[in-house]
Amino acid sequence: MLLIQIILVAIIASIISHSLLRFKKGDLDFKRLSLWVVFWLAAAVAVIWPDLTVLVANYVGIGRGADLVVYVSLVVLFYILFRLLIRIEKLEKNLTKLVRQRALEDYDNKK
Amino acid sequence: MNILAIIPAYNEGEKIGEVVSGLKNKANLPLDILVVNDGSKDETESRAVEAGATVISHAINRGQGAALKTGIDFAIKKNYQTAIFFDADGQMDPAEAYNLNLKLNEGYDVVLGSRNIGRVIDMPLSTKIVKRLALIFTRLTSGLNLTDTHNGFQAWRISALSQIKLDQDRMAHASQILNEISRLKLKYCEVPVTIKYTDYSKSKGQKIWNSFNILWDLLIK
Repeated sequence: MLLIQIILVAIIASIISHSLLRFKKGDLDFKRLSLWVVFWLAAAVAVIWPDLTVLVANYVGIGRGADLVVYVSLVVLFYILFRLLIRIEKLEKNLTKLVRQRALEDYDNKK
Repeated sequence: MNILAIIPAYNEGEKIGEVVSGLKNKANLPLDILVVNDGSKDETESRAVEAGATVISHAINRGQGAALKTGIDFAIKKNYQTAIFFDADGQMDPAEAYNLNLKLNEGYDVVLGSRNIGRVIDMPLSTKIVKRLALIFTRLTSGLNLTDTHNGFQAWRISALSQIKLDQDRMAHASQILNEISRLKLKYCEVPVTIKYTDYSKSKGQKIWNSFNILWDLLIK
């Protein structure tokens, strides 16, 4: 095994164990935990047997396995980023609503 | 009294007292003054109270659009018939509130101040260019035929104001207001106003790069 593979597998293992811990604490529901674990197990498989990604890449018409991994990662990242942006926007709107409501109530209570 | 002047203010302690008393003494209108203190960290609230304004305070800073909306809610709740938007940084001439109100009473839903048919004192060139671009953008997107855009000096009939949807917390609210005027087919007109650019107002005012933030807010949200 190459050094980089060992490092990556170690990182992935720690991410998975962290997720399990957070699931135990109740921060993560089972659906999300399974999604997350499956994702990282797949990543581990790709790290340990890189040839597998070449097979899949060739199957969909991409030359190198590493390219496939980069493409897929980018799509996933952009999707997550988009979801996060929307989530933050919603939070901001709700926060504003609360702040404005409270300001008006505070004024009424002061009188 | 049925006119409410709404002044959103964020860290304007240095100027707010002057602005409030200016409106009180020079507007020549029987108006109540509401300062919406948008989570200021300085003495904005106490200075405004000292000067005789009603003050509502946001616990944390949420942006000028949000502060304006709080003021609008207050005006509706307290049954005012007219609202006048005014800036807290001393750029505007309080005496001109009278003209806006006069025009409003001719039967308009909203009267907008325009610095381009009015007077501009010491506007920086960079501001000029950005305002020019913003004007073109506004004409294209709202379809309103205006000579100025994003001028915070406005007089509103509450019946019209209560119909507009305002959910842009930050500066993009200025464009949103114009789009709402267009959407609701409100009866609007412009009145010349004087905008005075001072070192204080320049330091407090919009930085140019914020135009991109505004554009982003308008396009994405």
